[in-house]
Amino acid sequence: MARVSIGLTVNGQAVSAEVEPRMTLADFLRDELGLTGTKLGCEHGVCGACTVLIDGAAVRSCLMLAVQAEGADVLTIEGLSHNGLHPVQEAYWEHHGLQCGFCTPGMVLTAYAFLQERPDPSDEEIREALAGNLCRCTGYQNIVVAVRAAAEKLAGAR
Amino acid sequence: MKPPPFDYIRPRGLDEALAILATHGPDARPLAGGQSLIPLLNLRLARPSLLVDLAFIPGLADVQAENGTVVLGAMVRQRTVERDALIAQRVPLLAEATRLVGHPPIRNRGTIGGSLAHADPSAEYPAIALALDAELVVRSASRERVVPARDFFVDLFTTALAPGELLTAVRIPVPPPGAGWAIQEIARRHGDFALAGAAVLLRQAGDGTCEHAAIALFGVATRPLRATAAEHALTGQPLTAESIREAAALAVEAIDEPLSDVHGSAAYRQRMAGAVVRRALEEASRRAGT
Ligand SMILES: Cc1cc2nc3c(=O)[nH]c(=O)nc-3n(C[C@H](O)[C@H](O)[C@H](O)COP(=O)(O)OP(=O)(O)OC[C@H]3O[C@@H](n4cnc5c(N)ncnc54)[C@H](O)[C@@H]3O)c2cc1C
Ligand code: FES
Ligand code: FES
Repeated sequence: MARVSIGLTVNGQAVSAEVEPRMTLADFLRDELGLTGTKLGCEHGVCGACTVLIDGAAVRSCLMLAVQAEGADVLTIEGLSHNGLHPVQEAYWEHHGLQCGFCTPGMVLTAYAFLQERPDPSDEEIREALAGNLCRCTGYQNIVVAVRAAAEKLAGAR
Repeated sequence: MKPPPFDYIRPRGLDEALAILATHGPDARPLAGGQSLIPLLNLRLARPSLLVDLAFIPGLADVQAENGTVVLGAMVRQRTVERDALIAQRVPLLAEATRLVGHPPIRNRGTIGGSLAHADPSAEYPAIALALDAELVVRSASRERVVPARDFFVDLFTTALAPGELLTAVRIPVPPPGAGWAIQEIARRHGDFALAGAAVLLRQAGDGTCEHAAIALFGVATRPLRATAAEHALTGQPLTAESIREAAALAVEAIDEPLSDVHGSAAYRQRMAGAVVRRALEEASRRAGT
C-alpha cells in the first residue's frame, strides 16, 4: 500500500514522515517518534489511555490515523511540562491520583484540556469529564480530588 | 499495526471525492471523524481497500440558518454541534442530545454526518433526525437527492445510502417557538450507548391540548423508530399524567424488532423504553408553552 507523507507539529517540533495509511497516530507517536508516554489500553476508544491533544482538543490517538494528523498541532504528555511538573501533574502526585500510572498520561491530558475550558468545575462536572477514562487501580475518588486541586493551583497561578 | 492494509486519499473538493467513490465502488469507504470506522478497522471488522478522507473538503463543516431551517454540513464535529450558539437557540434538542454522545474526546473528532451514516441503533442523532423530521442531503457523482429521515434508517447499521453516495448535509426544520422537547436515555455510565432512549417534540394548542407529538425511540430496536400510534393517541388530548402514561405504553408496542445483547435483554429494554418515553413526555410538556 502506498505510503503517504505527512507534516505535523508534535510538542512544538515540526515533524515530517512517510507512513503507511493504516498506522494509527498512537503507534506513530510511540514507535516512530519514541514518545511512549502515550499508552495503549483498548485500541478501540473506550479507555482513554491514549488521549493526546490535537490543536488544543483532547482526542483518542488510537482512533486517529497518522495521515489524518496532516497539518495538526499535537501535544503529548511529554510536551506538557517545561520546568518540572505541570500543575496538573503535581496535583495528581500530591493527591495520590495515580498508582501504576498506566492511565495517567491520558487522565492528565483529559483533565488539562477540561480545565482550560472549565477553570472552576463542580465535582459532578469533573466526574463527567473523566467518565471516558478508565483507571484499573487508583480508584476514581483521588483522581477527582486531584483534578479539583489542579483547578485551584491553576487559578492561583493566574 | 492493528488495521488491515488500505490506501488513503485526501480529496480537496467534493466533486473529486465523489468521482473517486464512483470509480472504486463498495471497496472505498468515506472516512469522517473515524470514531466508529477506526474501531472497526482496529478490530478488523471492516476491510476497505481505500479510505476517502472527507476532512479536507472545504464547505462540508458549515452550520447555516435558512428560512425556518438549520442546515448542518455532514462534517460538522459533534463538539461544534454541542457549542454552536445558533443550534442552542433554534434546535436545543440537538444540542442537548449531543452531550449524551460518548465523551468530549470522541465528540472532538466525531461528526454529525458520520453518526447518521453509521446508523448505530443506539445512537442519539438518528433518533433526533427522526423526531425533528430532518432531511438528509445525499450526493453521488451523477445526482443529488434529499431523503427524509423516516426513509433513511433501514436496518442495523444500514441506511438508504448506496455505494458511491455521500451524505453532505442535514436540514433540520426549526420547531416553532413554545415547542416542548426532551431527550431521555438509560445508559450504564454517562457517555455510554443507550440501553433505551426517547427523543420527543410536542406542541400545545391554546386550550392546553396536544397539537403535535413526535416520539422517536432509540437503543431498543434494530433502527430508530417513530412511535406513531402513541403520537396519534396523544394528539388532541390534554397533556396529563394519565395521557402520558397511556402514550408511553403504546410507544413500547412500536418496537417490532427488539434489540437484545449482553448489555440488556429485549424484555429489559422494552420496560425501560416505557420509562424513558414517559420521562421525556413529562419533561417536554413542562417545557411546552402556547
Ligand atoms: C468510546 C465511544 C463511545 C461512543 N458513544 C457514543 C454514544 O453514546 N452515542 C453515539 O451516538 N455515538 C457514540 N459513539 C460513536 C461516535 O458518535 C461516532 O463519532 C459516530 O458514530 C461516527 O461518526 P464519525 O464522524 O466518527 O464517522 P466515521 O467513523 O468516520 O464513519 C462512520 C461510518 O459512516 C460512513 N460515513 C461517514 N461520513 C459519511 C458521509 N458523509 N457520507 C457517507 N458515509 C459516511 C463511514 O464510511 C463509516 O462507515 C461512540 C464512539 C466511541 C469510540
Ligand atoms: S487505547 Fe485509545 S481509548 Fe483505549
Ligand atoms: S493508575 Fe493504574 S490504571 Fe490508573
